[in-house]
Amino acid sequence: MLTKKVKNRILFLTLFITILVVFIFYLAKILNNNLLFFKTPSDLIENQNIKIGKSIRLGGMVKKNSIVATSDEIKFIITDFKNEIIVSYKGAVPNLFLEEKGVVAEGFLKDKKYFIANRVLAKHDENYMPPELKEVIKNAK
Amino acid sequence: MLSNTGNTLIFINIILTLSIIYFSFQFLNKEKRNFGVKKFVELSLYQTTLSLIIFFTLILGFVFSDFSIENVYRNSHTLKPLFYKITGTWGNHEGSLLLWINVLVFFSYLFLLFNKKSNHIFLIYTLLIQNFLILGFLLFLFVNSNPFSLVVPKPLEGLGLNPILQDPALAIHPPLLYVGFVGSSIYFSAAVASLISGLTGSEFAKKIKLWVLISWCFQTLGITLGSIWAYYELGWGGFWFWDPVENSSLMPWFVMTALLHSVMVLEKRNMLYSWVIILCLMTFTLSVTGTFLVRSGILNSVHTFANDPSRGLYILVFLSVMIFFAITIFIKKNKKDHYIFSGYSKETFILANNWFMAFFLFTILVGTVYPIFTEVLTQTKVSVGPPFYNITIIPIVIPFLLLMAIAPNISWIKDRTNNLKKISFLIILSILINSIIFHFFKSMSLISNLIIISSLFLIFYTLSDFFSSYKKKIYLVPSRIVSHLGFGLLIFFIGLNHNFSIEKDFNIKVGEKKSVENFLINFESLNLIEKENYKAIVGTFRVDNKKNLNSNTLSPEIRIYSQPETLTYEASIRTRLSHDLYLTMSNINRTELYNIKFQKKPFMMMIWLSAILISIGGFLRIFKK
Repeated sequence: MLTKKVKNRILFLTLFITILVVFIFYLAKILNNNLLFFKTPSDLIENQNIKIGKSIRLGGMVKKNSIVATSDEIKFIITDFKNEIIVSYKGAVPNLFLEEKGVVAEGFLKDKKYFIANRVLAKHDENYMPPELKEVIKNAK
Repeated sequence: MLSNTGNTLIFINIILTLSIIYFSFQFLNKEKRNFGVKKFVELSLYQTTLSLIIFFTLILGFVFSDFSIENVYRNSHTLKPLFYKITGTWGNHEGSLLLWINVLVFFSYLFLLFNKKSNHIFLIYTLLIQNFLILGFLLFLFVNSNPFSLVVPKPLEGLGLNPILQDPALAIHPPLLYVGFVGSSIYFSAAVASLISGLTGSEFAKKIKLWVLISWCFQTLGITLGSIWAYYELGWGGFWFWDPVENSSLMPWFVMTALLHSVMVLEKRNMLYSWVIILCLMTFTLSVTGTFLVRSGILNSVHTFANDPSRGLYILVFLSVMIFFAITIFIKKNKKDHYIFSGYSKETFILANNWFMAFFLFTILVGTVYPIFTEVLTQTKVSVGPPFYNITIIPIVIPFLLLMAIAPNISWIKDRTNNLKKISFLIILSILINSIIFHFFKSMSLISNLIIISSLFLIFYTLSDFFSSYKKKIYLVPSRIVSHLGFGLLIFFIGLNHNFSIEKDFNIKVGEKKSVENFLINFESLNLIEKENYKAIVGTFRVDNKKNLNSNTLSPEIRIYSQPETLTYEASIRTRLSHDLYLTMSNINRTELYNIKFQKKPFMMMIWLSAILISIGGFLRIFKK
């Protein structure tokens, strides 16, 4: 027979482990739903099984002469010098959002070549840029 | 000249630190002990003075623009205002490391001074461990990140300080945060010393309580100030972005908060000793980890200074040694704890607080470091979006707030009072007020309602505590009440701010108008101005409130700094107690259109004040002592 003390302990331990497992699953699930994968235009165009409508980060350079602004949106083209994707954006652009400069757009693909951004990041100054971007630019050169 | 002085002084400081370590070993070896604690107080005083002089030497280098020092050359410019020349000293990696060392040394000295008369073995062990930490960082400073490195030949002009760092809030933000961050080193050392020397239980709790409190207060202030800076300087129009750097200042804060509470259990009930030790060790470890994450450039954040992998490596090695050493001692020396808990007692609730803190900490840690693991393991680049934090943390805040209200009144050991009536009355009151708020404005999600209700409950409950203690004529220092009230208000105002913000981004030409909800925004003119260290394009916007016919003029700027050549957007913010009007302007390539972000953010001022209130609670208790 188990003593009361041992019983209590087993009860406590099972409870503890169950809570822990539930908690980790809960966290992992939310984490998975909120991961933003970083892609380049070539990744999106050459890869056939990119989900349309899933949130991603798209990085590259803003193509020369591609920025077109109207009163409620900005359209521009992100290029990695092999492929291009048109981006439509309705928010505020960051410092140094310029043509022929690096940019990261957060949003989703509406169709194969058309990207709706809900956030646009660019570098804050000459020394700072998203590291993902650095590599894209390095590879392009 | 200054460079040589600086280098020599750092070298002397290393020798001095080594001698403190040497004398500590002698003192701890009973046969060789032929001097008292007084000697250490003297040595520590020299060490503190010397560190300060080194720091002032670097400041002098900045003030007189001595560009033969590489650090000054990289981060300063002759045309920069004097104030930013001085604050530029700690606005870079090397200088901030020097500040870090100063805090380490100061805490070491103060701890020694305050505890001169207590258990000497414990005291000297603490000093010994602390000086190992100081030595580690001094060597790092001297070998790897020397602020006094020379540039040959001497450049005529410096490169200038990043304009987004040229800001008063950012001038005091690092020193405040460092007192919190690095101040935690002293109870890291004390914890290791306690394990070795056997000074445990409530004795130990009394020794570290003050220091936990001090670092917690400054950490709270430092985080708040950083958040205020991000709000008006980065132009993103929010106050918290779950950026890795924000996360790494928040993680030690959670552990400090947990420690602040569990230290009380250790002091009053002599329980949870091992747990307190773990928390002590964790706080400083997390502080160093945070520094490693942001300084090494592994994570992408605003604080990533020019990247240098060797720095990251050094901190990583240092960190590993520190953790390994601490854990070994902990396993070897830790004695079995005894726990006698009854379900309904203050200690149980404090333990619950600690579990909540552990949850918050773990969640944020996972979110922050997960991208590193995926990058290393699968070569895919990911980032964790803010929704992750919002979804995981916000629901858990609700029960946390409720417990935070009830727990402080429960007595130690076992509570027999029954305050069900009070609780139900206050919950009903909170629900009523919540329904009024949402009825008159608009309806919102379930979770928002619950957040508002639970924060109101905390506010009312804390206030009623205050009045009942006042009635009973127990004039206790209301530090707990102030801090808890501050937290309740903080969540309450964040809830309102989140639900009643108006935000609109649009593009507009000079002379055009745009209507946003009940505001009419007129873009009246554009002017060019020239200032000491930048040129700016200033837009003039008249914002008319159609409802109450109020009119505000907002003038956001696009600044072009010359040294280094940088473009920044300065938000124009009109602050009232009830709301902020926030407007940023940016130009769009090749068009006449300007990109505008307009926001009406309710209660921003109240959010800052509540956060400051939290730390005021802590300061009240410090000064009571």
